[in-house]
Amino acid sequence: MSIEIVKPGLLTTLQDRGRAGFAHLGVGRSGAFDTLALRIANALCGNPANACGLEITLLGPTLHFHAAAWIAVTGAPLPVRIDGREQPAWAPVSVPAGATLTLGAMRSGCRSYLAVHGGFDVEYVLGSRSLDVNAALGPRPARPLRAGDTLPVAAGHRRLAATPGWWLDARPWFDGDAVRSLRLLPGSQLEHLTETARNALFSQTFKVQSDSNRTGLRLSGPKLEFDAPIEMVSEGCVPGLLQLPPSGQPIVLGPEGPVSGGYPRLGQVVAADIPRLAQLRPGDALRFAPCAFDAALAAWRKREHALARLEAAIAKRLKA
Amino acid sequence: MTNGFVIEPLSEDALLLRFGDSIDPAVNARVHAAARALRDAALPGVADIAPAYASLLARFDLSVWSDAADSAPFARISARLVALVGSIAPSEPSPLPLSRGERGSRGTGGLSPVIDLPVCYSGEFAPDLATVAAHAGLSSDEVVARHTAAEYTVAMLGFAPGFPYLLGLDKSLHMPRRASPRTRVPAGSVAIGGAQTGIYPGELPGGWHLIGRTPRALFDPQRDPPALLAPGDRVRFQAIDADEFARLAERNA
Repeated sequence: MSIEIVKPGLLTTLQDRGRAGFAHLGVGRSGAFDTLALRIANALCGNPANACGLEITLLGPTLHFHAAAWIAVTGAPLPVRIDGREQPAWAPVSVPAGATLTLGAMRSGCRSYLAVHGGFDVEYVLGSRSLDVNAALGPRPARPLRAGDTLPVAAGHRRLAATPGWWLDARPWFDGDAVRSLRLLPGSQLEHLTETARNALFSQTFKVQSDSNRTGLRLSGPKLEFDAPIEMVSEGCVPGLLQLPPSGQPIVLGPEGPVSGGYPRLGQVVAADIPRLAQLRPGDALRFAPCAFDAALAAWRKREHALARLEAAIAKRLKA
Repeated sequence: MTNGFVIEPLSEDALLLRFGDSIDPAVNARVHAAARALRDAALPGVADIAPAYASLLARFDLSVWSDAADSAPFARISARLVALVGSIAPSEPSPLPLSRGERGSRGTGGLSPVIDLPVCYSGEFAPDLATVAAHAGLSSDEVVARHTAAEYTVAMLGFAPGFPYLLGLDKSLHMPRRASPRTRVPAGSVAIGGAQTGIYPGELPGGWHLIGRTPRALFDPQRDPPALLAPGDRVRFQAIDADEFARLAERNA
């Protein structure tokens, strides 16, 4: 079975949980930015949590299905139509053979995810099927999808005869608020900010710049300054790291962020808030709230437990 | 400081071991020794061990390092890392590479073998050679002679998959980066940026001065290992002419 790309959308890529174990060779993690939404999409079509799906950016693709399929769309809200008929998101959906699936423009948020039962059957590159757009690393041809591309889908072990007609409440899993608050662990150079800058970091609103992408979100806001210039040698980075380049305008790293960098570090967006970071689009506003490690870990555990409960509930419902 | 390093949390699932705060070959050698010790220990649930100039990033799987009581995983993994890395004598920096099969260090007196890389330092491959020579007050030939005379250590890989930051550049060749970076630097370009030299593995944007090009593929995800060079490896450059470059490039294709 295969899916043909009729229109690619703005930026549509294959993503799974990402690539671990190659940071020492300069290879980043990549993977879905909103891992939560991809996991739920996989659960809704009976896939393992680490199956590969499509990450869709702002404007969705049009896909032609050569055979019947079972899909789910999660993440940022967008119109989902099969041969012109509206379909639910955050739900298992049956696609007839020969049908065309059209995903429209997102009403809020920045990234949606499409999973298909069986999963996309593409090659693993360094242990992952994720595309790293910048490094052109991933399943060949190692670039975002284009019209005319064909994606193979592995044969699933189950069938979805018809769309069951239930869907999840997206609210706990998707945050499209106009101003989002992200919790920030303290970074190693945070204390070297001027007092004014530190106050501004945690009280002012920042705006996502238009040149933001999976590498990082460039923010504009009050100019942040250190007490004295900081010279650093490059050290390891992870997604969610908030850095301050000499411009005084911070950058938060995304899943394709560099594995090392030499800008001073103001903080780290907590793991539980990375999916919300992923859903910020250019022009959106955000604030930072200071967070301690214990609280960050507690938030992560709480979310993991809730997600595990949800996955179990979905699996049960799909069996019924 | 624990035996000359500190451990700092970076995120819930990553931490940094910091051995210093400058670009110093002795500090970098300790980073590589620690990386090797951690890699050899093969701790479960440790996803990445990535050396930088003076620090080491360890990324771990939170679900593996959390226990039933949900006590702090950072404290638990830190204790293990201190036990492993603290046993490396800081007075004996051993620039060992990460263990990599037949390229391991056994029988070479503890040092990794020197990898010779052919580089063509002329014509279209060396658009900034004259600029570097002028900055250094040397002839182009003398720049090449000094660049090929040195033995370099791969301090770290980063910026792009397989991009090696090499320590050991002759002081006379140090030169600030270009004021405005190029949007496209050809794959294989050998370049100077500040006190470092490096090689662009693929076509990338870049602000370093291009003084030559190697026909060898620095990174190929279909190859095992995918990167030609690993952190801690030692490297020398060998000057080749354009004909030899073409011959080697064809053989590598």
